[in-house]
Amino acid sequence: MAVAISASQRKFERVNEIIQKHNGKKSALIAILQEIQEEYRYLPEEILTYVATAMDLSPATVFGVATFYAQFSLEPKGKYIIKVCDGTACHVRGSGPLYKSIRKKVGLQDGKFTTEDMNFTVETVSCLGACGLAPVVTINEKVYGQMTPEGIEIIIEKLMGKEDNQ
Amino acid sequence: MLININHRQYEAQPGQTILDIARANGIEIPTLCHHPALSIAGACRMCVVECDNRLVASCTTPARDGMEILTDSKRVIGGRKTILDLILSDHPLDCMTCEANGDCKVQDLAYQYDLRESSFGSKRESRFSIRADNPFLEVDPDKCILCGRCVRVDHEIQCSYAIDFVHRGFDSIVGTPFEEGLDGDNSTCVFCGQCVEMCPTGALTYKPSKGKGRDYEFQKIVTTCPYCGVGCQLELHVKDNKVIKVGSVYQVGSPNPVGETCVKGRFGYGYVNHEDRLTTPLIKRNGQFEEVSWDEALDYVAQKLIQIKEIYGSKAIAGFSSAKCTNEENYVMQKFIRAVVGTNSVDHCARLCHASTVAGLARAFGSGAMTNSIGEVEESDVIFVIGSNPTENHPVIGSKIKRALKKGAKLIVADPREIELTGLADVAIYQQPGTDVALVNGLMHVIIQEGLYDQTFVEERTVNFELLESIVAGYNPEKVSAITRVPAKDIIRAARLFASANKGSIYYAMGITQHKTGTDNVLSLANLAMLTGNLGRESTGVNPLRGQNNVQGACDLGALPNVYPGYQAVNLPENKAKFEKAWGTQLSDDIGLTVVEILNAAGKDIKGLYIMGENPVLSDPDQNHVIAALESLDLLVVQDIFLTETAQYADVVLPAASFAEKNGTFTNTERRIQRVRKAIDAPGQSRYDWEIICDLAQRMDYAMSYDSAAEIMEEIAELTPIYGGIHFDRLEGTGLQWPCSSREHQGTKFLHQGQFTHGKGKFHTVSYIPPAEEPDSEYSYLLMTGRMLYHFHTGTMSRRSPAIDQYEPDAYVEINLADAKRLGIEDGERVRVTSRRGEVETYARVGERVQEGQLFMPFHYAESPANRLTNPVLDVIAKIPELKVSAVKLEKVNM
Repeated sequence: MAVAISASQRKFERVNEIIQKHNGKKSALIAILQEIQEEYRYLPEEILTYVATAMDLSPATVFGVATFYAQFSLEPKGKYIIKVCDGTACHVRGSGPLYKSIRKKVGLQDGKFTTEDMNFTVETVSCLGACGLAPVVTINEKVYGQMTPEGIEIIIEKLMGKEDNQ
Repeated sequence: MLININHRQYEAQPGQTILDIARANGIEIPTLCHHPALSIAGACRMCVVECDNRLVASCTTPARDGMEILTDSKRVIGGRKTILDLILSDHPLDCMTCEANGDCKVQDLAYQYDLRESSFGSKRESRFSIRADNPFLEVDPDKCILCGRCVRVDHEIQCSYAIDFVHRGFDSIVGTPFEEGLDGDNSTCVFCGQCVEMCPTGALTYKPSKGKGRDYEFQKIVTTCPYCGVGCQLELHVKDNKVIKVGSVYQVGSPNPVGETCVKGRFGYGYVNHEDRLTTPLIKRNGQFEEVSWDEALDYVAQKLIQIKEIYGSKAIAGFSSAKCTNEENYVMQKFIRAVVGTNSVDHCARLCHASTVAGLARAFGSGAMTNSIGEVEESDVIFVIGSNPTENHPVIGSKIKRALKKGAKLIVADPREIELTGLADVAIYQQPGTDVALVNGLMHVIIQEGLYDQTFVEERTVNFELLESIVAGYNPEKVSAITRVPAKDIIRAARLFASANKGSIYYAMGITQHKTGTDNVLSLANLAMLTGNLGRESTGVNPLRGQNNVQGACDLGALPNVYPGYQAVNLPENKAKFEKAWGTQLSDDIGLTVVEILNAAGKDIKGLYIMGENPVLSDPDQNHVIAALESLDLLVVQDIFLTETAQYADVVLPAASFAEKNGTFTNTERRIQRVRKAIDAPGQSRYDWEIICDLAQRMDYAMSYDSAAEIMEEIAELTPIYGGIHFDRLEGTGLQWPCSSREHQGTKFLHQGQFTHGKGKFHTVSYIPPAEEPDSEYSYLLMTGRMLYHFHTGTMSRRSPAIDQYEPDAYVEINLADAKRLGIEDGERVRVTSRRGEVETYARVGERVQEGQLFMPFHYAESPANRLTNPVLDVIAKIPELKVSAVKLEKVNM
């Protein structure tokens, strides 16, 4: 089936590029969603339906894949994604208090994971595979080992300052 | 090879699983996620067995020679108990109020394995909420065991891809895109209910039957669906003389072998027990209907008919038989009109749908019916769908086409509208309405020009090829493109693709037949199939999809003005003599009038009209003319299950029994004669159609009486060669496909093998003629009419089925976005559509389903009757009206 192109094409130009890069192959759906998420920081609903139509997949299937993997988010994420490792090693070395202090520092209410200014998303992950550095936190691509609540607060303050100056 | 199960040896075939072999030999192995119609998931593990000292899932393990299997060892029982224990730990224990109580595999297994509660702790709190945003299905994820049968039936059988697993781990549910529900904007659910049939628990249930009965309280009767011509086998679940729900029938050889049906078959039963059902005969006096006794009503009708006959002659009376009624009733009706009244003016709504098929295919091949069988489409390698919207109008065939595509078949779709199949087509063609002859001639032009035709078939099996060659020579792609507005390259692509088929099949419906040139259109398709040698073999053929449950049967049984049952011409002396002898009376050899001709002659040559189960006020073209015609009659008798729009104009109304209340047979689109079985008693004093007519015949001094529908079929078999071998005792199971000449004959799966019914296939030369009415400056839009998924014909049945009418309550007209913009019409606004014959107000449905300058209206709605607008101009040969093309005006209604 031909890839459906409509008036909304321009809006989805970047998505089209990503799909075309993978030749619209259904088996590349996960890679395509990853790249789209990189572009938009999350997977917007309208993009998912567009992907489904363009790749001749049902929206239910695309949604199923997008909700299966924890790496995909259907909610917008912050500019800085802070991941606190809660694997066994990090857990025993104090990832719990670390997580709490980060949430408090960025001002997250119960049940929220992203700040209202869309600057920070805070989440836990099962294991980052850097147990020797426990407890570990990553902010976007950068890894911070042997973190303490005080240490992470300083790093976050710097990022906050950087955002305020912009 | 041999395998041992529980210390006994069993024969096994390669490819069989342990479960297959066990079940084939009556050894019980419990399953939850397995279903023979679906792919194997191996998800639930309930089917564990001990195999060479290991525990394996028997549904996924192929048999090997010498295997030692134990199906009920201590280990096996222990394993199953643990699995069930885990399932129960996340399953509510609310069997007392659960809709599935008595029809739940988890409940059965808990009972069998004696598990009262889960040892892991029971589920006290729901983790999910119940979704029931639509009128058809309720979804309770807390009861879901994630066996995936619903997902598989949706993806593999129905091919709607509406549901899938979403989320992960403990949060997994079967869900819809963005959790919008089955009726959400992004949902592709068509509410066929096959997921509910597959659900082993109460996670998926039917809403309309909620709280109305337990499975063990129902009497279950297998019968044939009363809606379209597919002829799905359905299981009516009956309690207290009411149809409570409709279950699936899984039967190899049926038109719906794996339990398929559509939303109408599944949820369209509400009309049967509807309070509007007629229960007593009515006679109109001083403009008001009065309830009368059967004696009074029938005496009155008999006396009036005799009177008309005496004053004006037999020819002043006509009858409309019914494609909704059984074969037996159609036989009795035409016999009544021919033998008792003494005229051949008996016709029915096939005149409005496939009269051109019957005429065209009979001319080309000698037999006017679908050449091949429904199931064969799955093995076609190129499928050409033209003027047919199967996923809405013959949904079970639509799904089969989608399954064929999954297997690699190629699809060509030619339709002025963007139908669902257009999106799946390899070549999509949007021809201008009414230009089909030009299009098909164009395809043949390319095929001949490029030498792609089947020379052997043409030489050995056909005549008149030279004539065809000379006429299509004038239809080069450029010329055809100018007429049809289809790009020349698409014409060439489609031609090459169809010619490349080893097994090419053509499927068509009203888009071909409902034209002034309907017969020509059909002949063109017959030409194309012969040219490419796609006839007389499996998975090929010219396949008209018939709209009504028994329109094929009504034609077969002679509810046509030119033929006796079995297409035996009334004007051939030997046929007349045969039927005169059988019926013991003089018959007329004058061909009678057709539906539209009868209405045209009403008040003039026709004084009395007897209508059985038809609703011409909504179904026939030019409504105002139809109403005037009915009003001008001296006598109008309407025999129906409801006081229809037509019955309102009747002098006498006779209450009849519905399909659920009688025995008989319907013949589906693939010529299969299937049983209709009585499930409940008819309401009030309503009676079988054939009984009513027989009583009337007696009153008109003609002895006609039968004890049962089976007895009528015996008479049919005697007089109708193609039904010669049809007897009720042979119709249990999957029925028989005509021609079936004798008791020994096994029926005919596909026609024209080796030779055509009349010897050689005849090419006909057909030239393009434009539609009678084309858009002009005043009436600038082209209106098409048709059906949509949720409703059926004049809505008498589907609109009285509450779930369906709640979902699709309003009439509409489809308008192209660009036209709507120009006229300032927003989606959902009221618009007025006007033709030279009348005007209709309806809701706008704005989108890209129709092309610019074109409109589409479904004709189901009495409040916005599309047929007030349509053009009654007729095809010269088949007398079918041009319902597909009218010129109209469109304007916004200012509120």
